[in-house]
Amino acid sequence: MSRFIHRWPGLIAGLLLLVLSLSGAALSIFPAVERLSSPQATAAVSVADVAGRLQAAHPELEQIRRAPSGRITAYWFENGAAQAAVIDPATEQSIASADPNPVERWLTNLHRSLFLGDGGRLVTAAGAAAMMVLAISGVVLIARRAGGWQRWFSPMRGPFSGRLHVEIARLVVAGLLLSSATALWMTASTFDLLPDEAASPIAQTDASGRTGMAVADMAALRAIPVAELRSLSFPTPDDAGDVFTLKTDRGTGYIDQGDGKLLAWTDLTGWQRATETIYMLHTGRGAAMLGMVLGLMALGVPVMAVTGFVLWLAGWRGRPRIRGNVPASRAETILLVGSESGSTWGFAATLHAVLSKAGQTVHAAPMSAFDPARYGRARRILILAATYGDGDAPASAKGFLERMNALAAAPAIPMAVLGFGDRSFPGYCAYARAVTETAERKGWETLIPFDTVDRQSPQDFARWGRSLGAATGLDLDLVHQPVQPASIDLTLVSRRDYGAEVQAPMVILRFALPQAALWQRLVGRAPGNFVAGDLLGILPEGSAVPRFYSLASGRRDGFVEIVVKKHPAGLCSGQLFELRPGDRIRGFVRRNPGFHAETTRRPLILIGAGTGIGPLAGFVRANTRCRPVYLFFGMRHPDSDFLYREDFATWQAQGRLRRIVTACSRGQNPRYVQDGLRHEATEIVRLVREGARIMVCGGRDMAAGVSTALGDILAPMGLTPSLLKAQGRYVEDIY
Amino acid sequence: MKSIFAALALTTALTLPGLAMARPITVTTTLNQYGGDGAYLAFYVTDPQGKYAGTVWVAGGKSKYYGHLSAWYRATGGNPSGIDGITGASVGAGRTLEISLDLADALFDAGYTLHVDAAVEDMRDSPNDVAIPLTSDGAGTPARGRLYVASLAYSR
Repeated sequence: MSRFIHRWPGLIAGLLLLVLSLSGAALSIFPAVERLSSPQATAAVSVADVAGRLQAAHPELEQIRRAPSGRITAYWFENGAAQAAVIDPATEQSIASADPNPVERWLTNLHRSLFLGDGGRLVTAAGAAAMMVLAISGVVLIARRAGGWQRWFSPMRGPFSGRLHVEIARLVVAGLLLSSATALWMTASTFDLLPDEAASPIAQTDASGRTGMAVADMAALRAIPVAELRSLSFPTPDDAGDVFTLKTDRGTGYIDQGDGKLLAWTDLTGWQRATETIYMLHTGRGAAMLGMVLGLMALGVPVMAVTGFVLWLAGWRGRPRIRGNVPASRAETILLVGSESGSTWGFAATLHAVLSKAGQTVHAAPMSAFDPARYGRARRILILAATYGDGDAPASAKGFLERMNALAAAPAIPMAVLGFGDRSFPGYCAYARAVTETAERKGWETLIPFDTVDRQSPQDFARWGRSLGAATGLDLDLVHQPVQPASIDLTLVSRRDYGAEVQAPMVILRFALPQAALWQRLVGRAPGNFVAGDLLGILPEGSAVPRFYSLASGRRDGFVEIVVKKHPAGLCSGQLFELRPGDRIRGFVRRNPGFHAETTRRPLILIGAGTGIGPLAGFVRANTRCRPVYLFFGMRHPDSDFLYREDFATWQAQGRLRRIVTACSRGQNPRYVQDGLRHEATEIVRLVREGARIMVCGGRDMAAGVSTALGDILAPMGLTPSLLKAQGRYVEDIY
Repeated sequence: MKSIFAALALTTALTLPGLAMARPITVTTTLNQYGGDGAYLAFYVTDPQGKYAGTVWVAGGKSKYYGHLSAWYRATGGNPSGIDGITGASVGAGRTLEISLDLADALFDAGYTLHVDAAVEDMRDSPNDVAIPLTSDGAGTPARGRLYVASLAYSR
């Protein structure tokens, strides 16, 4: 619920808050500048002193004002012309123009009313209200995410946007609450909704009718230090009935021009004082340092608006629409989803719909939002979990195991885990298994035994649905069509063929980067920002299941490039091989952050064979900063399947590639890429000592051979591939 | 004095028709380019002794700022009542304000004066920015103000 309250005001008011925060931050500078440039009066100087000396200099003095910054402005007439100046209270000299700063006035009008008068004031007040709602709901969300109020400043994990959003929020939320609350008070005051009007009337005693007393001698003015002055207005010349009007920090009074005595006085009311304090807190007028701090904090708003939008967009694109999701506190079935790319959410949506149709109230949420204390009416918890890499938590399940481990006792209601994965990988459903094992250790009762779905198989899913139905007494017929990713037309620009002579036809396919407007990229109608190592999903004609290829190019290269090997009966590779320049095929980009070449100066060791060279060539191509890159490339015969041969020569000349070691499995001296590694063992040890990162791409057998070879090479220095993997210095992309 | 005030209150309430003693006049006020936000203006009449007789128009809707129209505010005792039907929006720099109102015949050629107080946010207050005697001959002759009012004229 907090998330809902946080999301919608944020999206709707985002742009408005951007304007308000930027203009507010800019405005916060003016009080500080004014404070620093204004000479401060000493405590001993009275209003009578300053007024007397000023009137001596300017006989037709009309008004003296003192701003909270200490700046004193005098207004007078001279030969019929209006004059005004900022004056130094010590010398009565004019030191600056009294004209209002046009930039400040422009910013003020933008900030408080968007130049739209009273209507604009209501809009900005709505913005302040939205800011308050966002701040309060955000605080609740942060506390929940951190695991309690006492852990408010504990380190955050997760994707960069989310981390940045939270880190900044924790620093600035107090300032934003103060700014928005005071803004609402000021709006209420402006629209006369508060009883803070000037106290009226002042008991009107008639003036003495005499004139001519020297200002410097007036007792009522002698008693007031300049530091308390707000304004002193002089009587109209030659009007004996007129009086001096004095405003101070304490109230307003009238002074007789004949005898200098106070004719009437009214103190400020409590409401007026409150409004003045709030005005000071909001504008920094009279509290310049606080104003600057609040202004700096306001600068967090644009960052949070952008990261908040990115987060929402990622979530919106990442999960299919689930209709009729019931709040956690009212649902009988809790559906927790651990999804990396969003396909598991598709299964969850189907399960949600079928359960709802069977009369169940269902709450679907990411596993990372696991919070059994909120499941008041729940009777079962169903967990659908994919696996990231060799057994890590997928994106939407980050922190789930930690939360479960932190529970004092397992929830009293039974649970069931369904794993999603690809049986061809050794870590098949490893994360889902880990969840099951942890639950068993905790003594959590299971509803139905652990089961898995291989490669998004609708049959596996339906089978699990039947056993779930049997256990719950519900009639569950789970028919799931995997959600089609939004794909785009890719036009082939060029193809380079290799390997036909060694019975391993391979082709480098280069597609044009579709021209797209920003909004199309934002809503997924065009590839976003991708780099080499990300994946290109291709949807072949006649199949709804995409095949993935590692990208050999990034967006900055201006084209989309993959390396494809022809499989004898392969549907997708067959269609790709048929493509001629100008032909089109449908595809989409999928992020693969685990296989990115990170931007550091440390050495990079790239190891690949066959089509696995694709992303590695992309890393080399993108290495314009000439980080030391060493490439080990396994092929069959240099005259036939040496992919990117000419490119590597060029890149080596440009310094993008430090060294290339090839291993050819056919010919006079056959050897594999792992043999090449062993031959260069000393060099590899040196590079790893320098902090090198190792990236392996290619077939499963090659990767196993490479791992064994590296294990032997690194053993003398007390390192193993798994140790490097744990540090993120050894990553694989295997097929 | 009391009777004049009552007459003003009646004649300036434009909803009351058919007052034989009143006639319609148009007051035209043009402001200078003083380089600030919209000005608050108070139009009021004083009697031959200089005493406040009544308010004819207030430009600017938020009563909390009326204290800056200082001469008028003090003349009304800090409690300007009875101005509900005779307020309008503040007037921007360089703009012209035209007000049509019914003014009692008795006010003309009898020593009464029309005053305008002006005030602008973050700028100086200008009580009695301009004053113009109400006479039959003076109609159409503009008067210059001190600070914010470029010209004030009334026509009958």
